[in-house]
Amino acid sequence: MGMTMTQKILAAHAGLDKVEAGQLIEAELDLVLGNDITSPVAIKEMEKMKVNGVFDKDKIALVPDHFVPNKDIKSAEHCKCVREFAYRNEITNYFEVGEMGIEHALLPEKGLTVAGDVIIGADSHTCTYGALGAFSTGVGSTDMAAGMATGKAWFKVPAAIKFNLVGKPSKWVSGKDVILHIIGMIGVDGALYKSMEFTGEGIKNLTMDDRFTIANMAIEAGGKNGIFPVDDLAIAYMKEHSKKPYTVYEADEDAVYDEEYTIDLSTLRPTIAFPHLPENTRTIDEIKEDIKIDQVVIGSCTNGRIDDMRIAAEVLKGRHVAKGMRCIVIPATQSIYMQAMEEGLLKIFIEAGAIVSTPTCGPCLGGYMGILAEGERCVSTTNRNFVGRMGHVDSEIYLASPAVAAASAVTGKISCPCQL
Amino acid sequence: MKAAKGIVFKYGDNVDTDVIIPARYLNSSDPAELASHCMEDIDKDFIKNVKKGDIIVADKNFGCGSSREHAPIAIKAAGVSCVIAETFARIFYRNAINIGLPIIECPEAAKGISQGDEVEVDFESGIIKNLTKGTQFKGQAFPEFMQKIIAAEGLVNYINHFS
Repeated sequence: MGMTMTQKILAAHAGLDKVEAGQLIEAELDLVLGNDITSPVAIKEMEKMKVNGVFDKDKIALVPDHFVPNKDIKSAEHCKCVREFAYRNEITNYFEVGEMGIEHALLPEKGLTVAGDVIIGADSHTCTYGALGAFSTGVGSTDMAAGMATGKAWFKVPAAIKFNLVGKPSKWVSGKDVILHIIGMIGVDGALYKSMEFTGEGIKNLTMDDRFTIANMAIEAGGKNGIFPVDDLAIAYMKEHSKKPYTVYEADEDAVYDEEYTIDLSTLRPTIAFPHLPENTRTIDEIKEDIKIDQVVIGSCTNGRIDDMRIAAEVLKGRHVAKGMRCIVIPATQSIYMQAMEEGLLKIFIEAGAIVSTPTCGPCLGGYMGILAEGERCVSTTNRNFVGRMGHVDSEIYLASPAVAAASAVTGKISCPCQL
Repeated sequence: MKAAKGIVFKYGDNVDTDVIIPARYLNSSDPAELASHCMEDIDKDFIKNVKKGDIIVADKNFGCGSSREHAPIAIKAAGVSCVIAETFARIFYRNAINIGLPIIECPEAAKGISQGDEVEVDFESGIIKNLTKGTQFKGQAFPEFMQKIIAAEGLVNYINHFS
């Protein structure tokens, strides 16, 4: 009986030749991540442990990104706590405002996450790095604290679901539509405790940014991680961004999967998740009524990368957002911001009546920079549309791709660029 | 570890961490302050009515969404002695054990317990008794190391105590 890609990475990091689903193991960690919300709790817990400092100052990444630039005094205190901890422990990869970006866009860009790594992060979207063939998963603050102190974490080896991707997505269909389609199909707990293993010839038709988006939302199906095979495109990405050595693992031919799905990317349509769960999906063609909206957010760890900016700009170029629409564009890192500026994308956004923000998670989790009032509706490229997630408990979030979000900003109702 | 006994607050599927503790309160990490907003977006009356020892019972995928440990911290600090659900989201499950909040997966109990029932949970045997209805369910008993983590009020104390 063979192993999946995830199982092989975990076995190697546990010093074992073989692991199987359900087995409890202790694995060596290549990176431990935290942000400005989860790190202060982890720091407090770590200080209670009888340890002298962190296990490896180069293998910890601290990224204040949720409520920065500090939205209020309490957030400022949290950031100060993280900053002081980083300085005290000489953490190499602490990213101050001006260097920081949204963590899951920033770390691959900085070359800190590569194929074959085992990564834990006190943020549920840590699963993003599976796009590069790493095992990465979200944990809480106490696990982060134990990881920072010991460089190890215990895991239950996950069973797996295989998603065989074939074909080529059509114009205006991107990674976001692929993952929303999958969540709509299997539900928000469809992959509970399991790894989501993507495979198939269709992967070559997905950009790295598409893959980051897909792996990012594995958690929205309950998955422990999402993971892609390491192809030439992933290797080229790592060579461009990282000096870290990487290891390519491949699933065994006879690896065991609890379920297998084949998805023909050419048949997918722009897909939107209706309130209040990511599984409440409808294709653009299934929406018969006009759904008027008040705000559009284009950004986040799910869709704030350069491909996303380019697609949004392609739709907004020469157009203007609807009267009364607030359209908020958030490039996820300083480097993406710069690139968008150099490519003229920011000018397109501003001329279209959108605003462009410094990198922050702000609106995605109802922190700041775009809170919704009672009864308001938002089309957002973020990852969760739970009750009250972006503001008032009686507001509504529709999750969509940058293409659909930008087109909706123009028309003032949920729309696809093909309808403009 | 001791048994839990209390009155039940009952919820449905997919109770997410954003309703357990909305992100607008995450500029604090103080357990008492987090507890004062616990379940606010799904049940405004929860924090007014919950008493020390009470029990939350829910259906599928309790605690889905973000990795915020603030969610089990808020529930524990609100006085809740145990959460029973059909299933838990995996990060929430880990976090709850790590901070010493007892949780038990038991689909039959999730179906057979209603709002306001009085319930008793024995962690060593995994037996869940519905005292109001006179029924009994068998949840998954905690392995010994998890019982010790919870008895130590969380992973940190456990590590300090046993290593």
